[in-house]
Amino acid sequence: MNELSLSDLQIVLPEIWLALAGMALLMVGVFTSNRSTRLITGLTLVVFIIAGVLVNSGLDGTGFGGLVVDDRFGAFMKTLVLIGAGLTLLMSLGFIRREGMERFEFPVLILFATLGMFIMVSANDLMSLYIGLEMQSLALYVCAAFQRDNLRSTEAGLKYFVLGAVASGMLLYGASLVYGFTGTTSFADLAIILSGSDVSIGAIVGLVFIAAGLAFKISAVPFHMWTPDVYEGAPTPVTAFFSVAPKVAAVALLIRVLTGPFGGLFAEWQQIVFLLAVASMLLGAFGAIAQSNIKRLMAYSSIGHVGYILVGLAAGTAEGINGIAIYLAVYLAMSVGTWGCILAMRRQQRMVEDIADLSGLSRSNPGLAAALAIFMFSMAGIPPLAGFFGKFYVFLAAVNAGLYTLAVVGVLTSVVGAFYYIRIVKVMYFDEPGDAFDRPVGRELSWVVGLSAAFTLLFFVYTGPVLDGAAAASQSLGLVTIGEAQSAVLE
Amino acid sequence: MHAAIVFLPLVGAIAAGLFGRWLGDKLAPIVTCVLLVASAILSWIVFFDVAIEGHVRTIELMSWIDVGAFEVNWSIMVDQLTAVMLVVVTTVSSVVHVYSIGYMSHDPHRPRFFAYLSLFTFSMLMLVTADNFVQMFFGWEGVGVCSYLLIGFWYKKPSANAAAIKAFVVNRVGDFGFALGIMGVFMVFKAVTFEAVFDATPDVAGQSFSFLGMNLDIMTTLCLLLFVGAMGKSAQMPLHTWLPDAMEGPTPVSALIHAATMVTAGVFMVVRLSPMFEQAPDAMIVVAFVGATTCFFAATVGICQNDIKRVIAYSTCSQLGYMFFACGVGAYPVAIFHLFTHAFFKALLFLGSGQVIHAVDGEQDMRRMGGLWKKLPITYAYMWIGSLALAGIPIFAGYWSKDLIIESAFVSDSPMGGYAFWLGVGAAFLTALYSWRLIIMTFHGRPRMSEHAFGHAHEAPRVMWVPLLVLAAGALLGGLPFLGGIMVYHGGHEFFGHSITILGENVIELAHEATPFWVKALVLVVAASGVAAAYIGYMWKPQIPGLLASNFRPLYKFLLNKWYFDELYDWLFVRPAMRLGHGLWKVGDGAVIDGLGPDGLAAATLNIARRARAMQSGYLYHYAFAMLIGVAVIVSWFLFRAWG
Repeated sequence: MNELSLSDLQIVLPEIWLALAGMALLMVGVFTSNRSTRLITGLTLVVFIIAGVLVNSGLDGTGFGGLVVDDRFGAFMKTLVLIGAGLTLLMSLGFIRREGMERFEFPVLILFATLGMFIMVSANDLMSLYIGLEMQSLALYVCAAFQRDNLRSTEAGLKYFVLGAVASGMLLYGASLVYGFTGTTSFADLAIILSGSDVSIGAIVGLVFIAAGLAFKISAVPFHMWTPDVYEGAPTPVTAFFSVAPKVAAVALLIRVLTGPFGGLFAEWQQIVFLLAVASMLLGAFGAIAQSNIKRLMAYSSIGHVGYILVGLAAGTAEGINGIAIYLAVYLAMSVGTWGCILAMRRQQRMVEDIADLSGLSRSNPGLAAALAIFMFSMAGIPPLAGFFGKFYVFLAAVNAGLYTLAVVGVLTSVVGAFYYIRIVKVMYFDEPGDAFDRPVGRELSWVVGLSAAFTLLFFVYTGPVLDGAAAASQSLGLVTIGEAQSAVLE
Repeated sequence: MHAAIVFLPLVGAIAAGLFGRWLGDKLAPIVTCVLLVASAILSWIVFFDVAIEGHVRTIELMSWIDVGAFEVNWSIMVDQLTAVMLVVVTTVSSVVHVYSIGYMSHDPHRPRFFAYLSLFTFSMLMLVTADNFVQMFFGWEGVGVCSYLLIGFWYKKPSANAAAIKAFVVNRVGDFGFALGIMGVFMVFKAVTFEAVFDATPDVAGQSFSFLGMNLDIMTTLCLLLFVGAMGKSAQMPLHTWLPDAMEGPTPVSALIHAATMVTAGVFMVVRLSPMFEQAPDAMIVVAFVGATTCFFAATVGICQNDIKRVIAYSTCSQLGYMFFACGVGAYPVAIFHLFTHAFFKALLFLGSGQVIHAVDGEQDMRRMGGLWKKLPITYAYMWIGSLALAGIPIFAGYWSKDLIIESAFVSDSPMGGYAFWLGVGAAFLTALYSWRLIIMTFHGRPRMSEHAFGHAHEAPRVMWVPLLVLAAGALLGGLPFLGGIMVYHGGHEFFGHSITILGENVIELAHEATPFWVKALVLVVAASGVAAAYIGYMWKPQIPGLLASNFRPLYKFLLNKWYFDELYDWLFVRPAMRLGHGLWKVGDGAVIDGLGPDGLAAATLNIARRARAMQSGYLYHYAFAMLIGVAVIVSWFLFRAWG
């Protein structure tokens, strides 16, 4: 191990900032107790904003002897994570106050989870990968069970914890296999060793286990089983958080692991990703149809979205990663907005979660109905809404990479998916109205929903920042080597 | 001026159709009437200019289609043949327009009615002024559509809708042949203008082509295809079934469309295409056969009908048969001559019967009329004039034209000449019989309607009976040698010039010269005996028809049911088509396409969705098991590939 240098610290400056700020806020909370939850939440948001600045002004390079890496890809993904975490935290303000969740640990836990995600995104070694993953997961287990006196919430937390432990075990087992067969945990060294012609089958089995562990985090089929139960059981703001930030981080990690150290095994992992993508798209589309609870429906919806993201990954090209980056940004906006709408589903001081509760929303709350309709149409992939472009770029990448099967399955499942998305619109606009939801929905919530709706609706007008960022992110991974390796294999 | 004749009715149709609400129920009919009368006056001027002075001309309005070799222009061609049609169409149409002001005075949709009438007139004028096949087809379809709209004018009556659809569908059969014929003409001649085609016709005559292993004569095939179109439009057997049903429309419509103009379009077409038909003798034989057969068949049916308008409808069918067999034996000018006279007396008969119907509150069944002659003296006189003309009693218009047709058939050397002659003579007897049967049943005998209805019966208003004077004059005088008769002077060459082509010997001249006296006498005797038979059977010995009907029951039934054509078609086409449609609907669409497609997919989707939900048991060990199975499957896949 080299001497610790200043540049090492600069590379991980955002992470250090989050860690220090998190510990400081914990102290503040301990000494002021629960009265200051609102203050700490506000401070957390400030911390996020500063972290965002740091992320986007940081250096590119590796630090701590290659344990962590900082590049445009990481910066893009970290920005998405911050936005997702920040917005969901903002939306949760009203909820945690009303539902007796107003404890200062909540924003701090979100903060630490975000720190874990940062480390995941920056991971450049199997060790740092595992540390980041566990750090994130432990914070999320607690979040899921945060309503300790609520049976469903604790059940969700427990399920998530146990299954997460299984997944972590698989990941660790895979990591040890890879280490055993290659003698290194460094991504850079692995990339060199695994791109040789003579790769041991043991390393491939290790790859499968690592991929399975990561697939759990992004809830790809068949490692998705926890998702509907946890989404339904966890407190709604937590679910909103689950559905965006950790997903972005896990996808980023999966991309980094598969295209970096295992880039030489493209032919192998493409088959795995192909399988996961098809299964996820199908289950996401068909599973959602039979749901009556909108949180469960969103769980299946997110499984389907992961399937589409994996289509871009299966392409294994910079174009595919570019598509994923765009898809994640769009997904983030749609998802946050939708969850904001779900958070507004409150009747007589109680949260309601059934799709049927939305009936006639267009008359009792036209603004909310319009926003939700925008999100649903966008998720169904109807142009010119943002969701269309997300799907368009990943399918385009798949077609250009010759993966016609994936593109066709993707389009067909989009059609099936459109059924349940548009059914929500139909319920809102054509069914007889039920009782109106409680007004007002809350200032923060209105802002977040409005902002997301505007982004989703107007994305096609001004795509610049997202497309540029995504392009820079996908370029920085240096995926050309994969393509070359692939063509070398073909020859 | 020529363009004004054609387009004034269109202006009227647009005014009444699109701005009828604005013009109001009173003004809209008047506007269309004024425009049509203007058009009629211009037509007469053009008629004298063209027919007497011989100023034949073609005015090109604009290019319509110009694709490769396929060039079609909108144009107005006025030669002698067109001039005759112009005056017939615009005159009858004007009379009908004015008459309709009275006849339709209680109808709430008058502007629509007059818009249709004017649009029809415009289409008919486009048809007769066409200088190419495609514009003719445009007019052809235009009159078809207007006919459909007008038959179904009282759209709340199911029978009117059914009749409208029937007319449209039956005409479709004919139009299919016509369209095929036009395509064939373009294939053979690489042109669709009459001039180009007629110039090239002699070169093509006698050539043949191979189709399904048969060697077919090109000209015969083309002419027969085109004639199928004429059969549909002119209600010739076996495509006649729509015409009697078309009487569901308002009576002025029947007079204009289904007697005087549209149904004669087929005759006009055959005459217009005489240069082609002359090169196809086999097709001529078919034309003569179909015409003669229809002429006789329709007359037999006419004597057994009880609906006053249906009698006249079958009469029309029969008279059209005369015109066709005239064409078939090569006497085109006579066909047009008869078309001309027929337009007047048949429109007169229809409008007269319209006055009767108007007088007795819409009753059309002659068995519930009778004794009306004192109540409706003017109408009675009109019906007499019309019937005299129709039956071919000397001096009246029909005598000159029909007589000449029968004589032409007699002297013709066509193989169908004899057949056409004898059927024509038979039909002449039947024509006189059913005409006077109509008059006697309607106007004589004791009233067979309710006292109240009889008391209410009244002569039509002046706006209805005055215009008919024009038609009555035509029926009286239209056939005189120095009026309508000029059309057939010296075989018609002088009058028609180049608009009609007759190869070989001119039948008409031959008929003028070589008809034996007994033929002329026979036609007269037959007509007179028809009238006498009607008087005996329906006035003096009313029991005879009943006796005949019961003694010859099968024959009576056969005639009453119109030779069972409708039943035959129903059995042959309608029922199988319905069965096929029902089968395709229930089995093809419902069970197969919906079952496998929308319904089946939806059911399968729901099924999958339920299974997907069932997988979500809620038990941790199930979930963990699924994850492990997933990993195991993938690992096995790679292991088998590595070692297998």
